Amino acid sequence: MAAPLTLLLVVAVTIRAALFRSSLADLIAERVEVVSPLNAWKRVVEGLALLDLGISPYSGDVFHETPLIIYLFHFLVDYAEITFMIADGITAVALYIAVKEYNKQVFRKQKYALEADRYPLDCLELIRSPKEMYYIPLKVAMFYLLNPFTILSCVAKSTCGLNNAVIALFILCTIKGSALLSAIFLALATYQSVYPLTLFAPALLYLLQRLYIPVNIRRPSFWWYTLQYAFMYLGSLFVIICLSFFLLGTWDFLPSVYGFILSVPDLTPNIGLFWYFFAEMFEHFRLFFLCVFQINVFFYTIPLSIKLKEHPVFLIFMQLAVISIFKSYPTVGDIALYLAFLPVWSHLYRFLRNVFLVSCVLLACSALFPVLWHLWIYAGSANSNFYYAITLLFNVAQILLVSDYFYAYLRREYHLTHGLYLKRKDGSEATLVLK
Amino acid sequence: MAAHRCHFPALVLILWSLSVFIVADVQETTRLTDTGPSAASSQQTAAAGEPPAAAETRRQPPEEEDRRWEATEVEEAAPGDAPSDSQTSSAPETVVTPSQPEDDFQEELVIRPLHSGDIYASFQFRTVWDTDFMGGKKVSHYRLFPKSLGQVISKFSVRELHISFTQGYWRTMQWGQPFLPSPPGAELWVWFQDTVTDVDGTWKELTNVLSGIFCASLNFIDSTNTVQPSASFKPLGIGNVTDHRFLRYATLPREIVCTENLTPWKKLLPCGSKAGLAVLMKSEKLFHSSFHSQAVHIRPVCQDWQCKSTSWELRQTLNVVFDLHSSGQGKREWSLFKMFSRTLTEACPLASSSKIYIDVTDNPQGEQFELSPATPLLSQAVVLGDRRTYSVYDLTQQATFGSMRSLNMLLRWKSSDGDMMRPLLHGERYVAGYGLQTGEIHTLMYNHHPYRAFPVLLLDTVPWYLRLYIHTLTVTSKGKDNKPSYIHYQPSKDRVRPHLLEMLVQLPPNSVTEVTVQFERALLKWTEYTPDPNHGFYVGSSVVSALVPSVVAMDTNSTQERPLFSSFFPSKEESSYFVRIYTEPLLVNLPTPDFSMPYNVICLTCTVVAVGYGSLYNLLTRTFQVEEPSPGLAKRLANIIRKMRGVPPL
Repeated sequence: MAAPLTLLLVVAVTIRAALFRSSLADLIAERVEVVSPLNAWKRVVEGLALLDLGISPYSGDVFHETPLIIYLFHFLVDYAEITFMIADGITAVALYIAVKEYNKQVFRKQKYALEADRYPLDCLELIRSPKEMYYIPLKVAMFYLLNPFTILSCVAKSTCGLNNAVIALFILCTIKGSALLSAIFLALATYQSVYPLTLFAPALLYLLQRLYIPVNIRRPSFWWYTLQYAFMYLGSLFVIICLSFFLLGTWDFLPSVYGFILSVPDLTPNIGLFWYFFAEMFEHFRLFFLCVFQINVFFYTIPLSIKLKEHPVFLIFMQLAVISIFKSYPTVGDIALYLAFLPVWSHLYRFLRNVFLVSCVLLACSALFPVLWHLWIYAGSANSNFYYAITLLFNVAQILLVSDYFYAYLRREYHLTHGLYLKRKDGSEATLVLK
Repeated sequence: MAAHRCHFPALVLILWSLSVFIVADVQETTRLTDTGPSAASSQQTAAAGEPPAAAETRRQPPEEEDRRWEATEVEEAAPGDAPSDSQTSSAPETVVTPSQPEDDFQEELVIRPLHSGDIYASFQFRTVWDTDFMGGKKVSHYRLFPKSLGQVISKFSVRELHISFTQGYWRTMQWGQPFLPSPPGAELWVWFQDTVTDVDGTWKELTNVLSGIFCASLNFIDSTNTVQPSASFKPLGIGNVTDHRFLRYATLPREIVCTENLTPWKKLLPCGSKAGLAVLMKSEKLFHSSFHSQAVHIRPVCQDWQCKSTSWELRQTLNVVFDLHSSGQGKREWSLFKMFSRTLTEACPLASSSKIYIDVTDNPQGEQFELSPATPLLSQAVVLGDRRTYSVYDLTQQATFGSMRSLNMLLRWKSSDGDMMRPLLHGERYVAGYGLQTGEIHTLMYNHHPYRAFPVLLLDTVPWYLRLYIHTLTVTSKGKDNKPSYIHYQPSKDRVRPHLLEMLVQLPPNSVTEVTVQFERALLKWTEYTPDPNHGFYVGSSVVSALVPSVVAMDTNSTQERPLFSSFFPSKEESSYFVRIYTEPLLVNLPTPDFSMPYNVICLTCTVVAVGYGSLYNLLTRTFQVEEPSPGLAKRLANIIRKMRGVPPL
């Protein structure tokens, strides 16, 4: 398996290197779909330039990266292209190993269940075979590396690629069962963009499951482990933030990074829901809707954790998707991360209801983004509503995609306990409904 | 940086010497030396004390060779002001009103025919008052000094105040340098006393008060268009506090200047518009012009030669450029009546000096135009590095008005040839790029001097919604990179403060220096747009401040009329002069949201969020169940009845 992965990495790096050298690189770096005010490379360079002029990069409103990023690129600014390609590579390899490990566990669990005769007889079709699972890790790496969204994000040198790498390493460490590393990477991811905070719940559930600690609030062992993990997470977060403080000697970065993410002062168009909504918002409702929209990201964590407490990896996927849909400055790089997980759920394909429609809408929207942007900004023959309409449609498609996968996952689980071919009381073929 | 604070005093010195007969210079024409003594004797108030003063200022420079870069220039300017003040204060018994001798009012009008065929008229009114607003006792008795401004000075602890309202853009390449430059729109800069603790709060109050006094939209000055330049705006009066924490500078490039601003401005004059030169200010004529600029400058100046105590100087200036060439039905002639639809009949009775100067430098033998009535008085002065000759009409002399009892100067052009010397420093600015996403600001600075390089200070204030990327800043001259020796950059904060970019650039001789910086256009909230958002947003002028080498010092070859001992070193006291030029303001378009549909956007976005919430809620709270066919309506009704009867249902 190492050879195809190496080949894949070589192909991915070649494509990126070719694009970096082409004239398209500058064009891509300006695209609002690919870079947001939070992670644009232009702003990183600006922050470095401000630092060179002896001005705090956080004294203005252009630079919103974290202090660690600016110090990273203080040394790596000349090797930025390589850094971003390596980050993509790390993400892909981490996901590859993580999915491989996860598949092993899934297969083992399935074997135990089969041996214990827990599956109904007509569910044999739903049982996953090692043959079909063999190529899934490679497909995940391929979905990430060759996804046009990832390539664009990398060529634009959006620091989103680095965040993705941190999250992928977090997933890897979690699945490998290393609680400390998992907590450290989760803290790093949280430090970078706040929202991965919601990944705390799936990681904890996974680690508990791995250690065979039942999720039961009356068990002290559950609480003990939760406290341990929370302590590791908060401790590393504290250390990272203090480190940033000592690097710059000021707390200015807190409002400039986290205040900026949470209060959404920059309304530069992007593929998310926030920009046009808050550009058109009535001033005295602004705070209310800001809270509503931001809570939306964190809101689903607890119910999803309860519903999916036996399936923490699927929960990670759901959380990543929710974050990338409802975060304040989303870019296509965020979407690429959760799209990379789709091959892992390829066995759900038979239960998906509208995947054809959704993929058509996603493709059409991706093509229409630059067109309508051009019509609005350059040609002047369209207005902002055109671009806004496309972002709406794009988000609806993402929501449908995610809820479709959620539905399919739940349905498969139902069938695995109740049998695939359900019968009514009177013996006729039954249809399954949500009630 | 300390260099530039002395340049404006140098300009002031030159302007002040307009009223001075320069006798010390060897290049003076014989005609002038003839008229000199008679003029000196005829001007009883101002000019009597002047020749020694002029000699005084002449003697100063050799002692201070490096005064270009010294802050002490401020004190040096003082002797120019001193004699007239000391004369009135030291000999109060000779003055007619001995009770309140400490204030003095002067008025003058300079008219310069421009090479483009336009006429430039510049009014200056100067009130000097030997009082101390900052002292413990309250100043309550006002004579010539306007009370409204006096109260502003004492209430807000203002040390210097400069405000200008301008309609139109001064075309430097066609018209040369103005006497007092000003940017289009409104400009306000204030130095506060160092006793002020809350400078921002005081500034906010002050702008609101000034807004009322001048009937202007100065109340729109807030933190988003106020900056604290570190080097470009140094105090012009005495005092050596140069900590720029006490300086506030703001421009409103969009401000429209009209009659309602002129009327309160005229009311500040001691004679109002009833007498004196102010009679000429009829708004329907003044605003029917290519350029109109009115300004008020308040600053402390030295009271006497030793500069023991200070007096306050109020300078009101009004500059107009009339486009007579195009409106004169083909005839190139103008008169006071034609320009202002008024003639002069008297000086302001309160004025100690009241004069009209006509620039006749290009017309020494009367070959270009003919001036009537002729005046015997001539004056020569070095203005903006150039030696100019002026015909002087002294309005305090009854003879000036002639038998008609009214003065209506007439100037009739004979030929229109003659070329204007290009201004040595010239600036331009424009926005490059297309589309509404990004753009690039280009600022061009021309040095037309044939062999001398000089440094300029460039000040750029850019609103926060054009996000500048300072790493894209390039400065090039003659195709080569020209690294600024000093950069002061303050990045913007959204909705709080603008970008401030100040830099010191050396302009090579005979070159164009181009400064470019890229920016990104922000999408604003729909309530932050102006009522006509597609008109665009104004960005205030760049300010270029420089010490420009003088033209007078430029002709090193013309030694024939000078003693050899005086002509070896080119540096004289006028070897360089301070110039501030303003570039064009920019008009930048921003992307706009659709203003008509906030409700639609709120509804549609909330719908999408609800779709997300709804589909997840649906899956989270419901469980899968096998669908059982629901019984028909009749059966259900029957079952209800059977239940009531206590019979098992069907």
